[in-house]
Amino acid sequence: MEAGARGCDFARLPQNYCNTIGLDSPPNGPLDRGHRADGLCQTRRVFGVLIRIDSVTKRYPDGTVAVDNLSLEIPDRSITVFVGPSGCGKTTTLRMINRMIEPSEGRILLDGKDLAQQPVNTLRRSMGYVIQNAGLFQHRTIVDNIATVPRLLGWSKDKARERARELMERVGLDGALAKRYPYQLSGGQQQRVGVARALAADPPVLLMDEPFSAVDPVVRKGLQDELLRIQAELGKTIVFVTHDIDEAVKIGTNVAVMRTGGHLAQFAPPAELLSNPADDFVEDFLGADRGIRRLSFFSTAGLGLLTTPIVAVDSTAEQITERSAGDVPYLLVTDVEGKPLGWSEPALLTAGAVDPARLLPYGRPFEHGKESLRAALDGAVLSPTGWAVAVGADGRVTGVVSQQTIGEAIRAAHAENGADGHTDGRTDGRTDAKVAG
Amino acid sequence: MNVLHFINSFFSDSAHWHGYDGIPTRMREHIQYSLIALAIAAAIGLPVGLLTGHTGRGGNSVAFVATAGRALPSFGLLVLMFVLLGLGLTPVMIPLVVLAVPPILVTTYEAVRSVDPSPVDAARGMGMAESRILFNVELPVALPLILSGLRSAAIQIVSTATIAAYVSLGGLGRYIVDGLYQRNYEKVVGGATLVAVLALVTLGIFWTVARFAVSPGVRRSS
Ligand SMILES: Nc1ncnc2c1ncn2[C@@H]1O[C@H](COP(=O)(O)OP(=O)(O)OP(=O)(O)O)[C@@H](O)[C@H]1O
Ligand SMILES: [Mg+2]
Repeated sequence: MEAGARGCDFARLPQNYCNTIGLDSPPNGPLDRGHRADGLCQTRRVFGVLIRIDSVTKRYPDGTVAVDNLSLEIPDRSITVFVGPSGCGKTTTLRMINRMIEPSEGRILLDGKDLAQQPVNTLRRSMGYVIQNAGLFQHRTIVDNIATVPRLLGWSKDKARERARELMERVGLDGALAKRYPYQLSGGQQQRVGVARALAADPPVLLMDEPFSAVDPVVRKGLQDELLRIQAELGKTIVFVTHDIDEAVKIGTNVAVMRTGGHLAQFAPPAELLSNPADDFVEDFLGADRGIRRLSFFSTAGLGLLTTPIVAVDSTAEQITERSAGDVPYLLVTDVEGKPLGWSEPALLTAGAVDPARLLPYGRPFEHGKESLRAALDGAVLSPTGWAVAVGADGRVTGVVSQQTIGEAIRAAHAENGADGHTDGRTDGRTDAKVAG
Repeated sequence: MNVLHFINSFFSDSAHWHGYDGIPTRMREHIQYSLIALAIAAAIGLPVGLLTGHTGRGGNSVAFVATAGRALPSFGLLVLMFVLLGLGLTPVMIPLVVLAVPPILVTTYEAVRSVDPSPVDAARGMGMAESRILFNVELPVALPLILSGLRSAAIQIVSTATIAAYVSLGGLGRYIVDGLYQRNYEKVVGGATLVAVLALVTLGIFWTVARFAVSPGVRRSS
């Protein structure tokens, strides 16, 4: 479901953005969108802006050089991830963007304007800020936590709360939690509140410092998917700090790998990072299975599917014989609706008497065209038959493919992208980047 | 003859219930001294404690003031002030304030210091002014501790305000001082009982204030 939203076209959004906020909320929540007529959306750029870090060095009073002559450009409406070992200067870099820390040398430009020239609190209010343990105000209810920045901007209490409730929906929080206090929420829920609070005043920039590192892997995956969905809908410029390379590869449009001493080791889209690490440090940091992970960036759209070796559970003997023509080793049995049940050797299939319990498992089916070659390969490896099952969005089988065919597709993809090349756009496969890992 | 008997006869004597030396008058005087002393001490201790706690600077000075304040004996200070300033309210207020500032100052400082730094960081990062961070983020969370500092200061003031009687002022200390002088132990015990009751009422007031002033989100976690 998140994957669908990611296809959202940014270019379509600007003109009607103000009206589209909350559009995907249930129609039974009659929202008075009056506050959007207050000029906030009209007078402020709600879309992300470009940030340029220009030869920035940060030297702490004790002499520690946390960031060393860093220059890079953070494109607007993208997710830029800073990743690297502990103490490499990620937090320092992030906090220089909202001037929680001032650079010792160099400057940072926001939409071409030097940050140092801008009033600091106004600047910060235009940047959402999310930190590791959410940092919620324990004396305020959830809705009042989220309403903080709108209130700072002078919105009325009612308007700010109404906006907060919209945001709760947007980040996937049950409205029933609105009147609770932070201690009554789980860590994952608190983190969602943190994200909602950062988004409340619709800032063009979102700064996130290890926002998901304190929650368990399942919740983290949910939060990551949610962030990608929100980013697709709202088009913010997100700067995200993590020490988890998998997270960086999954959510980053671009990834900045930093090394201890505050040096930038590589700045590239994740696919390029995986296919072409700049040096041994980056390669080491990426870990052992970067080849497999890279498959997340290759689409299954071009994968040739076989549609013959598939039979429904209620097939006649003739149909079974017809379908097993061409010496196929296995037939995929589906239920009457076309959903996969399992594999069987043709000889073991008796018309009208298929026992689903005796079929071989079919692994994890992949969504053809939508998921990556990594998901397809995963499916093939998981099934004892070595074949992967492709399904459509409705879960019905659209075809099957052998490991061998997937292998050919991988080689073709590599050839197409060049030995050291990279895919220009990522495929939707990145949302499943962690499934097989 | 036991204490209960003293208490009983003290309170059942109708002469103790009216006039300039009656219980209502002495009670009112006592409350008045206590409130003035507490107000002055809070006016000194709270702002200094909040500010040093928020900035994290001046912790050593706070500790020094606290130790010095505690080391000074209230009665000695009263005598000294009496010698220097003569009769009046000021020589009584000074030892009471000196007594009450340390608990208020130190707990306020500690309370603000010990607020979880991450909401403060988040607040600053979202563009909240420093004064707003102090009053809207730190203070509500620090409030239970701050109130406990005020409470112990108030209790100490209430019990120590009896010294006012030594310099010819009123208050419940009158009964104790006069009673001792007249060897009227009924009066002494009665006065002491009234002071104890007032201290308990003070406790009750602070408990009630905390119930209403502290957010449920904070109350549960402290
Ligand atoms: N206030 C400070 N004074 C002195 N040195 C500091 C200060 N803050 C950070 N440092 C040092 O600067 C370097 C970079 O710190 P930073 O917090 O940016 O690292 P990080 O990449 O975010 O690490 P982590 O992944 O552990 O959060 C570290 O060596 C750290 O010890
Ligand atoms: Mg950090």
